[in-house]
Amino acid sequence: MTSPLIRRATESMLSRARWHPLEIIFWAGAFAAIWLLPTRHLILTEIAWLALFALSLDFLVGYAGIISLGHAAFFGVGAYAAALLAKHELINEPVLALFAAGLVAMALGFVTSFLVLRGSDLTRIMVSLGVALILRELANQFGWLTGGADGLQGVTMQPILGTFRFDMFGHNGYAYCLVVLFVLFLVARQIANSPFGLSLVAIKNNPLRAAAIGIPVDRRLIVIYSIAAFYAGIAGGLLAQTTSFASLDVFSFDRSADLLLVLIIGGVGYLYGGLIGAILFKVMQDYLSVLTPQYWPFWIGALLVAMVLIGRDRITGWTTPFRKLAAKLDWRAARRDAAAAEDRR
Amino acid sequence: MNYLKIAAAGLLAGTMSFGAAQAQETVKIGLVIAMTGQQASTGKQLKAAVELYMKEHGDMVAGKKIEVILRDSASVPDNSKRLAQELIVNDKVSILAGFEVTPAAMVVAPLATEAKVVELVMAAGTSVITERSPYIARTSFTLPQSSVIIADYALKNNMKNIVTMVSDYAPGADAEKSFTGQLTAGGGKVIESIKIPLANPDFAPFLQRAADAKPDALFVFVPSGQGATFMKQFAERGLDKAGIKVIGPGDVTDDDLLPQMGDAVLGVVTAHMYSADHNSPMNKKYVEAFTKANNFRPNFMSVGGYDGMHLIYEALKKTGGKADGDSLIAAMKGMKWESPRGPISIDPETRDIIQNIYIRKVEKKNGQLYNVEFQTFNDVKDPGKIKK
Repeated sequence: MTSPLIRRATESMLSRARWHPLEIIFWAGAFAAIWLLPTRHLILTEIAWLALFALSLDFLVGYAGIISLGHAAFFGVGAYAAALLAKHELINEPVLALFAAGLVAMALGFVTSFLVLRGSDLTRIMVSLGVALILRELANQFGWLTGGADGLQGVTMQPILGTFRFDMFGHNGYAYCLVVLFVLFLVARQIANSPFGLSLVAIKNNPLRAAAIGIPVDRRLIVIYSIAAFYAGIAGGLLAQTTSFASLDVFSFDRSADLLLVLIIGGVGYLYGGLIGAILFKVMQDYLSVLTPQYWPFWIGALLVAMVLIGRDRITGWTTPFRKLAAKLDWRAARRDAAAAEDRR
Repeated sequence: MNYLKIAAAGLLAGTMSFGAAQAQETVKIGLVIAMTGQQASTGKQLKAAVELYMKEHGDMVAGKKIEVILRDSASVPDNSKRLAQELIVNDKVSILAGFEVTPAAMVVAPLATEAKVVELVMAAGTSVITERSPYIARTSFTLPQSSVIIADYALKNNMKNIVTMVSDYAPGADAEKSFTGQLTAGGGKVIESIKIPLANPDFAPFLQRAADAKPDALFVFVPSGQGATFMKQFAERGLDKAGIKVIGPGDVTDDDLLPQMGDAVLGVVTAHMYSADHNSPMNKKYVEAFTKANNFRPNFMSVGGYDGMHLIYEALKKTGGKADGDSLIAAMKGMKWESPRGPISIDPETRDIIQNIYIRKVEKKNGQLYNVEFQTFNDVKDPGKIKK
C-alpha cells in the first residue's frame, strides 16, 4: 500500500515525462514541413541546427543554472571538426563524422568544465567568453589547418549513409538535420526527466541545499556541461555539413549572444524554449532582413524590447497565455486534478 | 507569418501557368551584399551604384524586365551561401552578384557551377576567385594588379627598404606576395612583413613594430572601411613625422572615408583603378549623380557595382534576352566599354577584369581630400594569373 502522498508525488513526476498533445502537434508539424514547405528548406535547416544549439544551452542555463556567453566555442569546434573530417577524407560518412565532431566538442567541454565551474556567475560568464575568444584566435592563427579568416574552403560532403546527397534545394539537408534534432531531443527529454535531470534543477535552485541532501554538485555539473558541449558540437557539425563550409564566424561572440537571445525569447528550462526561440528568431530575422535589408537589426532590437516589456518580471511572460491554453488542451491534466482532489478528501 | 506563407504557396500553385509565362519576361538578379556588419560600407556603396545605374538606364533590356533582389549577408560568408542558394532555388535568379569579401565569393562558387548561374563578383579582390567556377566574372579589381605597379613605383623613387602590413586573409596575402615578388626582383628589400587580424582593426601595436624597423616606406593593405582608423593611428604614433611614407593598393585611401581622414593622409601614394577625382567627362557626371542621390562620395567599390550592372545589361542585349548561365558568360567574355574609371574589358580567357591602374597622391582640392592621379598604366591584366 502506498500512501496518497507518495502516489501524488509519483503521479506528478510521471506527468512531467508524458507527451503533451501540443508536443505531438509540434513534431508532426516539423516533419510535415519536409513535404509541405519544400521551398523553405534552407531556412528550416538553419532553424533546426539553431534549435539544437539552443537546446544545448538550455541544459546549462535552464537546468544547471550556468550562464554561458561563450557557448559558440563548442559549436565552432564541432563545425571545424566536421568540415576537416570531410575535407581530409578521414571519416566520409556524414552521420559518423557528425558523431565524431560531437565527441570532440564534448572532450573540450569536459576539459573546460573544470575552469568554468570555479567561482560564481560572473566568473563563469567571463571564463566561458574567454574560452570562445581563445579558440577563435587559435583558428585564425592556424591558417594552414583552418583556412584562417578566409574560412575552410573546398569541403565536399559525401552522401548521408552513402545514399542521400546534400542537394542544392536543401531537401535532404533539412530532413537530416530534423532527424538528428528529433533523436537528440528525445535523449534530452529522457535526461531532463531522469533523477539526474531533477537533481540539476535542485542544484540550480540552491546549490548549498543540494549538496546538503547528498547530490554531488560538481560532478553533476561537469557531466551536464560535457553533454551540453556534445549537443553544441553536433549543431556546429550540422552547419558545416549542410553548407560544406566553416569560417571563423562560428566562434564569434555574436553567435553566443544571439543564442542566449534565442533561448530567452523561447523561454528557459523546459526544453522547447530553445526550439520555439529558434523558430521565432530565425523567421523574424529572415522576414525583417528581406523586408528591409539595411535596417533590420533595429527592428529586431525593438521587438526584443517590446517582448521584455510585455513579459515584465519574467522575460518569457509573453508566452503565458499560450501555456494556459496548452494546459486547457491537456485532457489528462484535468483527470489528474480530479484524482488529486479525491485523494485530498 | 506561416499562414501568410501557406496562403502565398497556395496562390503560387494556383497561378503556376501564369507565373511561368511571366517569368520569361523578367530577368532576376540576386544581389548578395553586406548591408550590416563589418563590410556594411561596401554594401552601401554597391547598392547605391546599382540603383543609380538602373535609374539612368531603366529596367528594360532586350525586352526583359530587370528585377534586383537585395539580400543582406550581414558580413557572414555562411549567410552569403544560404542566401545565394535560396535565390537560385526559390527566386530562380539568373545572375548572382555582389560579394563583399573573398570568402563570400568563394563559398558561392560551387553553387554557381552546379546551378549554371553567372556569379558576378562586384567587390572581392583575390586573384584566384575567378578560377573557382567557369561561371564567375569580375568587375572589381585584383590586388596583384595594383600591388605590382606600386612596387615598381617604390623602386623608381628610391624606397628600397619596405615594411609590409596587410590584413591576414586571402586578399592581404595576395597583395603581400605580388608586391614582395616585384620589389625583390627589382633589388628592393622587405625588412619585415606584418599581418594584422582581419577582425581587429587596432593597428597601434603593429604600427609600433613597423616604426621600430625604420623603413623607407610602409606598404599597407586593409579592406575597404578600415582605412580611416589606420591613418588616424598612423598619425597618432608620429610615423608621418618620422618620415615613413605610406604606399599600397588604394584601399587604404578609400574615397568613402577620405574626406574624414585629416591632413595626416596628405602625400600618401597608392595605385588603384578608381578615384572619384578621375578626370573624364563620364566620371564627372557619375560622381555628381551619385553624390546627389546619396550624400556620400562613390568609392572604388561603387564602380564595381555600376560596371557590373552595365556588363549584365550589355550581355543581355548581346544574347537577345537569353539569360541562361552559358549564354550570358559567353556574352560577357571580351566585352569592352568605357567606365567612370576609364576603359575596361573582361578578359575572354580568365573572365577577370582588364583595366587601367593609376598612381595617385592624396592632395587637397577645393578644401577636400582627393586621390589625384598622376600616372597611368594602360590595360593591366591580373598579374596573379599571367605568371602561370
